[in-house]
Amino acid sequence: MRARNLLLLALIVAGPAFADSSLPPQPLAYTQLPDPKQEMRAKELMETLRCLVCQGQSIADSDAEMAGNMRAEVRQRIAAGEAPDQIRSWLVQRYGDYVTYDPPWSWLTAPLWLMPFVLIAVGLFIARRSFGKEEAE
Amino acid sequence: MRRVLIWAPLGLFALVFALVASGLLAPADRAVKSAMVGKPVPQFTLPSLVPGKPAVSSAGFADGKVRLVNVFASWCVPCIAEAPQLMALKQQGVEIIGVATADKPEDMANFLRNAGDPFAAIGDDRIRKVQFALGSAGVPESFVIDGKGRITKQHIGYIGPQDMPEILAALAAAR
Repeated sequence: MRARNLLLLALIVAGPAFADSSLPPQPLAYTQLPDPKQEMRAKELMETLRCLVCQGQSIADSDAEMAGNMRAEVRQRIAAGEAPDQIRSWLVQRYGDYVTYDPPWSWLTAPLWLMPFVLIAVGLFIARRSFGKEEAE
Repeated sequence: MRRVLIWAPLGLFALVFALVASGLLAPADRAVKSAMVGKPVPQFTLPSLVPGKPAVSSAGFADGKVRLVNVFASWCVPCIAEAPQLMALKQQGVEIIGVATADKPEDMANFLRNAGDPFAAIGDDRIRKVQFALGSAGVPESFVIDGKGRITKQHIGYIGPQDMPEILAALAAAR
């Protein structure tokens, strides 16, 4: 019984394990740039950059601390006048194509770009065959 | 034709089963690797995080000495687990440079007291600028830098006793 009470107490007072630091978020992680045009460019870019610790999300969507730091980095660079494509290629140099959701054309990514056309062609072919048959009958 | 087609659903099932089974038995490695391996260390300077420890400047890395740059943090639990291995490396004469990620001086002082201090210098990478520049996607990560200031290896995750032969081999190869 005592052991169970202890266990219960342990469960109640247990703190979550933190995977983030205790620092407050960086100013530009959650604050927009004062210039709406720049903010728009930053936001567009952030939506196409992968969060490195929560890999299904973009850094614009993620609340991970590292994504916040990355947003701040992007906003700082945009505010300093860097072009979005420059920032993207800087990150691709560091992390590879994996970091961008807008994959550049290469023979490795070719199936990704070509598959929609192939599928549409297949669909048209099937549609023509089945509708064509009806007309003939 | 129908004879063959009747087996198609089973064949499809077998295909999907094989796909799922292979994913279960050999999970894909989802760690984001740095594309900087083989390239020179990016230029950076970091102020010192804790009093009594020098600051970090990558300009001094191309002096013929092999170094291990350890991206870590006091709030990172696996970093405590790799401390004994880093200590052993230091005893073998490896210069270990710490890049402290999003950290506070007082937390770091505590960490060094408890886990040990194998670091020749600890830089304050509060906003992860240097972590991004290195292409590191988490803590802890370690980079082997050769005497010409080139990154020759990235180790993702903590350095356990089982990783020591690999790390030592990479350090020896960088010499």
